[in-house]
Formats: sequence, C-alpha cells, structure tokens
Amino acid sequence: MSKKEIKNIIPPTEDTIEKEYHILNLGPTHPATHGIFQNVLKMDGEIIHEATPTVGYIHRAFEKLAERRPYAQITPITDRLNYCSSPINNFGWYMTVEKLIKAELPKRAEYMRVIIMELSRIADHLICNSVIGVDTGAMTGFLYIFQWREKIYDIFEDICGARLTTNIGRIGGFDTDFPAKTWDKIRNFVKEYPKALQEFANLLERNRIFMDRTVNCGSITAEMALEYSFTGPNLRAAGVDYDVRVANPYSSYQDFDFIIPVGTSGDTYDRFMVRQEEMWQSLKIIEQALKNMPTDGPTHANIPDFYLPPKQEVYNNMEALIYHFKIVMGETDIPAGEVYHCVEGGNGELGFYLVSDGGRTPYRLHFRRPCFIYYQAYPEMIKGSMLSDAIITMSSMNVIAGELDA
Amino acid sequence: MEKAELLELVNTKLKEKFHGSIESAELLYDFPVFVINKEHIHDVLSFLKNDEELNFHFLTDLTGFQTPDEKHLGVIYHLHNMGKNFRVRVKTFFPMANPEIPTATDLWKGANWMERETYDFFGVKFKGHPNLKRILNVDEMNIHPLRKEYPLEDQTRDDKSDKMFGR
Repeated sequence: MSKKEIKNIIPPTEDTIEKEYHILNLGPTHPATHGIFQNVLKMDGEIIHEATPTVGYIHRAFEKLAERRPYAQITPITDRLNYCSSPINNFGWYMTVEKLIKAELPKRAEYMRVIIMELSRIADHLICNSVIGVDTGAMTGFLYIFQWREKIYDIFEDICGARLTTNIGRIGGFDTDFPAKTWDKIRNFVKEYPKALQEFANLLERNRIFMDRTVNCGSITAEMALEYSFTGPNLRAAGVDYDVRVANPYSSYQDFDFIIPVGTSGDTYDRFMVRQEEMWQSLKIIEQALKNMPTDGPTHANIPDFYLPPKQEVYNNMEALIYHFKIVMGETDIPAGEVYHCVEGGNGELGFYLVSDGGRTPYRLHFRRPCFIYYQAYPEMIKGSMLSDAIITMSSMNVIAGELDA
Repeated sequence: MEKAELLELVNTKLKEKFHGSIESAELLYDFPVFVINKEHIHDVLSFLKNDEELNFHFLTDLTGFQTPDEKHLGVIYHLHNMGKNFRVRVKTFFPMANPEIPTATDLWKGANWMERETYDFFGVKFKGHPNLKRILNVDEMNIHPLRKEYPLEDQTRDDKSDKMFGR
C-alpha cells in the first residue's frame, strides 16, 4: 500500500486523537519573573491552558516573629514586605500603633511623612513600569530611569542611613528634622524628575511596539477584580476609583489636591498608564506639601512613653535616658485593644490588623498584603494567553516576593 | 455616616434577621465589630453582601485568631462597601476540638488563598473550600504554627531567657 492509502484507512478524528498537554515549569528562579515565583504551566503549544502557582519560597513567619518583639522592633520586619517602597510600610505600621495609643501628630510630621511616602511611591512605580519595558524588550527606559530611583534612595539615606530597608522615622514621628541639604535634594528632585519622566513616557506610552505587546494583554474586568479583592493600581486600571488616600485619609492626605487615575480595560497597558499618571500625581502632592508645610515646630508627637527620644537628649538628660531604656528594653506596655489601619501602599491597600493584650508585644499582628490577595487571580488572567504575555502580565501586576510570602 | 450610626444600622438589620445569633456588637476604635455565632456565619456574611442598603461587596481581609485561653479559634472578616465607605469587622469563634466553619469562597473568590493561609497557620477547616491545602508552609509540616502552643523559639534553650527583667 502506498502512504496515501494507509492514511485513508484510519482518518484521524477528534475522538481518536487524545489531546496532550505539555507541562512547563516556570520558576522558582526564572530571570523573567523578577523574584521567586513558581508557576507550573499546562501548555497547549505556546498557549497556556492552566497555571498552578506555588508560593511561600521566602516565607519568613513575620506574623509569628511579631508576637515576640517589642513594637519598635517590628518596624524592620515591615521593611521587608514590599521592599520597593519600605517607608510606606514603616509609616503604615507606626500609624497603626499611633491609632492604638491615640497619638496626635503635628502637621509638620504628617507632611514630612507624606513627602517620603510619595517619594517611595514614585520609586515603586518606576521600578514596576521600567521592568514592564524590559520584559517587552525595551532596556533603555529601565537603565535611564533607574538613576532617579538612586536619587530617591539618596534622600532616604540622608534621613535614616539606609537605602532599601529603611526603618525610617519612629513611632510618633521623626527623630529629627531632615537635614537642610536633604530639603534641597527633595526640591531638586521635584524640579528635575518631570523631565526624565516625560522622556520615559515619550519612549513607551505611544510606542507602537509597546502598545501591540501590552494592549489587551492580561485583562481583568472590574467585577472580577472586586471579586478577587484587588486594590491599588491594579484595581484602578480595571476602572474602580478606590484609593485609600481618598476613601479613608490618613496622615493629612485630605489637605492635598490630586487626581486618582483610572483605566478602563484592566489590561497591562492600563496598569502601566495608571502607574505613570500616579507618579505625576505624587509629584504634585510633594510640591503641595513643600509649599504648605509649617516651617518649624516639632517633628514628633508629645508621647514620651512611646516615642524613642533623640540620642542627644538620651546622653544629657535623665528623663530621656529613662524613657529610652524603658522603650528599648520593652518595658513600656501598649494599651490593650484591637485596631485595623490601612494605607495606600505601592501596590494596594496595605492593612495592619493589630490585637494587643496590653503587654510589651502584640498578641496578634496580621498584615493584609495586597500582593498575596491579588496574585491568586493570576492563573485566571493568563489562561488562554501566550507564555510571553504571561510574563508581562506578572510584571505589570507588580507582585513583590517579599510581600507575597511575608 | 458616623461609625456609631453605621454600627446601629447594621446591628438593627442583623437583629431583625438573625435574632439570637449576634453575640456582641460594639465600636472598637473606628470599626464596628460584630461577633456572630458559628452556625449562622455564612448566612450573615451572605446577607451583608447581598443586602441592598449595606452591600458589603468587598472582602478586605480574612484571618485567623486564637483566644488567650487556647481553647477557641476564631476567624475575622473585614468587609467593605466602597461606594458608601462602610467598613465592618465580623468575627466568629469556635472550639479548637472541632475547628470547622463554612467557606466564604462562594461569596468572594478572593477568600480562596486567605482561607488557605488561615488553614495553614491555625488549622481552621473551611467546609466546601475547593482546594484546602497549605500555602506558605511546606506540605509536610504537621503543626499549625501561629497557634500559641507552638513557641517561637526552641523551649529547651535557656541561654536566651529573660531572667533579669522577669518577663
């Protein structure tokens, strides 16, 4: 029989051919996922049929650790949640404790916090957005815009001595006012950064190749996003204008005039554009804070029982030495109570649920980590898309391993 | 709306429908907090989500809790109505001998991983959960580490005990 005749005997049909899928292990350490994420993908050729994420590779038991630590020592733990914008986590934690002990901060300290938080939001968003560029093949934006992140980190370094895991300020406010040269650095940043950001925007925002790669890639509807408890830029990209800074203002955000950008289709391009616009709005907030800030006055609340006194006073003043000793040794008891406080973190509503039984440590501390909650929608978002689209969907969701695994 | 008014509103609505299953209702700092009987927790959550006026359509957070007597576990829900900016906290407690409550995944898809995390750390069994297994810890682990009976550090060590300050 010839080949043609053999073919005719058993014609292949849907029933006789069993569909076979290819299993692809993406991660845990894959250069394209920017962090330790594992996804076991069931592939139909280049199309993703099913994805199973595995999380927990850098789980460090923060909630358990927090049950043994005095309040001041929990701040370094919060640094390591979303390490792209540590100051927001630090201040969120301070505000939770301040809510529990009912501390009132002076306006100046609150405005200083707003400046630092908005700077870290810019740092967070510019990492995310430039990395979307890298994943679509545009390395230039990433290399160019990263020097501005360095400038933000220089400002953090002046204030607290650290760049990435900042541990900035303390419960009740700041240890000192910012140095004069740091104020100049902040003013300079606000003046110079728009030019760089505009160049970065020109590079990507209306770039044909970039738009072809990102429009309609990894979309999520507003209903689905709410169902999955999305918050932050990812929710706003889907068209829901929820921002904690506006809904439940903290740290004097009600004094500022800014816009909450929203997208329409919740795809990678919208998430990118929402973050771009938020950087402009953050600059606007910093400008207003610099302009309207009280020029002098205390930079911390008047709560000697909980506020770690400045070193200068500790060495020269008996009272300060006693308070320092009591706080550092964990001898000051925090009142019993339970609070939930949330701040708008780099990628969503960062919440702290704190239960205190009146001891030196929290009885229970739970972090509401936005990444952990919205990453569970990832399999649904990439189902039926190409592998390369799954990579940029993940980078546009801004999943940070430290926050995901706590 | 003031938080006290919100507490009153939700409390009246719940009392009307689920009389007797509300164990307490109070305002803790800026949150109205309700403790609900375990038997009715799913009905209460479903009512809070679907009631036209309250419409708590967003599950902000779900986490576990162990009472200080180490005999009861709890699950704590934070619900949010974004349009009206209503937020409430709903709690339920049950004995550790039978840590089983109905899942909330049929109400909110986002509850999936939060419930897995609660199972992982506290051993709360969510009845009807589609995929109830450990999420952050390894599958081979045989304890639920956030329970108070599992101390943070090795208890056989005495070099770190705080004898000086008696705590």
